[in-house]
Amino acid sequence: MKIQNELNAMYAFVERSFDLVRRYITWEIVFVFYNIVNALTIGLIGTTIKNQEQRAEMILYLVIGALFWGFMSVIFEEVSNSITWERWEGTIEYTFMAPIRRITHLTGMCLFAILYGLARTAIVLVAVASFFDFSLQKANLIGALLVLAVASPAFIGLGLIAAVLPLLSPERGAQATHIIQGIILLVSGVYYDVSVLPAWLQPLAYLSPGTYALQAVRKAILDGAAITSLWPDLLALIGIGMILIPLGLFVFSTAEKYAMRTGKLKRNG
Amino acid sequence: MLTVNEEKKTENHSSASQVAVECRDVCKSFYEEIKDSRSWKNLFLGKKREVKAVHQISFQIRRNEVFGLLGPNGSGKSTLIRLLSTLLFPDRGQLTIFGHDVVRDQRQVRRFINRVSVEASFFKKLSAIENLRYAARIYGLNTSEGERKALSILRRLGMNEDKAQTSLENLSRGMQQKVAIARALMTSPTLLLLDEPTTGLDPKSKRDVQEYVEEVMETHDATIILTTHDMDEAERLCDRIAIIDHGKIVAMDTAEGLKKQIGTASMEEVFFRFTGKSWEDVLADENTE
Repeated sequence: MKIQNELNAMYAFVERSFDLVRRYITWEIVFVFYNIVNALTIGLIGTTIKNQEQRAEMILYLVIGALFWGFMSVIFEEVSNSITWERWEGTIEYTFMAPIRRITHLTGMCLFAILYGLARTAIVLVAVASFFDFSLQKANLIGALLVLAVASPAFIGLGLIAAVLPLLSPERGAQATHIIQGIILLVSGVYYDVSVLPAWLQPLAYLSPGTYALQAVRKAILDGAAITSLWPDLLALIGIGMILIPLGLFVFSTAEKYAMRTGKLKRNG
Repeated sequence: MLTVNEEKKTENHSSASQVAVECRDVCKSFYEEIKDSRSWKNLFLGKKREVKAVHQISFQIRRNEVFGLLGPNGSGKSTLIRLLSTLLFPDRGQLTIFGHDVVRDQRQVRRFINRVSVEASFFKKLSAIENLRYAARIYGLNTSEGERKALSILRRLGMNEDKAQTSLENLSRGMQQKVAIARALMTSPTLLLLDEPTTGLDPKSKRDVQEYVEEVMETHDATIILTTHDMDEAERLCDRIAIIDHGKIVAMDTAEGLKKQIGTASMEEVFFRFTGKSWEDVLADENTE
């Protein structure tokens, strides 16, 4: 019964968030439109390459980066902004005084983020695929989906750590999460190979889950690599996820206690 | 055979000795930045000053009692409510709800309480039903049972089902407050924190809410802490009233007892004598906030 209550509570966050998506549908249309245009713009950079075979590969390389970054950004933003959103709506106190475990609350938000991210990425994928003439004959799409699933916990962990910032600083915290997001974008090889980064930035690339996820997704789609040859990257992602999820929960729970001591857990900053 | 009300009253006699809330020497301070105090000497972090929001407050509230908190702006009422809501940790002292410590036994305490605050804390784009369904789920209620209970409370408060399907941003403040009350009572809390539930309501909505609170006291096993800006409301609903000023309780008794202490027939006079502030000034302060 207790487990059922926790599952029910977890579902509350998924249902509520999708209800909000439905009610803010015009915002959603704008977000998706921007995502599509962004992916197309980046893909079109590839058309500047003269060699036809290399051109097709480059377009796909860039589009994979745009799609994957779109998916991971949605997960990261939804989790990291969950506190900002509640504060903005004025429900933060009500949610935090409910008799549920924090892990249930956060898992519900993460589950929504994954489902919502998948839905948005699927829409962008359909739009982009109908714009560019892709050849996905040799692509291992199941392998690519597996990479998405395995990479999600690592990004959720990062999102949990970033969610602490709006909890600690109501005024500036939400903006500060963009710094984390920007660093991941810079070092993860979203639109280029990480080997082009300056030597002093390379170590950060190997710490970012985005690097392994993008490497694996590109191997699966561009080279049609089998799941067995994706294992090194998948193991790295599992390892990072196993560190970041408990670390994120620990950081969040420590920050929540700090907010309760200092009175920052309130609606209006 | 006893009616529900008579049964309730009999139970109340036996439970009157039970302590619902115990607050012992509770202190809570905040630190606010002193204006223009940032300089290179303090690494631009600024200097902070201590603000004692709640200072060595002690009281007990009996089970099924309606306990009123009156005080001017910044007196510590809201801090006290947030301490009771488990949203703040006290710096010192102990606060227990039905014997459970609000810091140590946070989750157990949260099962007992619910709150109606002065601002409508809802997802305003969502309808009342969507907000109530969310509340039912996070409070571990069966959603259909929760919805049924909430709708029956809303009907009792004069709100029909069509309104319950409307997005909350399109409802009046009075209607929103009725939804807040339905949401709080849907979970059958044994400690209900009513933080200015009638502030800003039109006279009819105010009367509806006050009558419903009286009905709840008759029919539910609930202890209520009420903060209000309405002296008549405090007199009408509260068994005892505490006047709080500068984070301290300066007087605590029944409304009659307080009036007797001062030798006046007016609660406004009581408030003035204990705080040095006229009630009109307090209301004006609230309106200019």
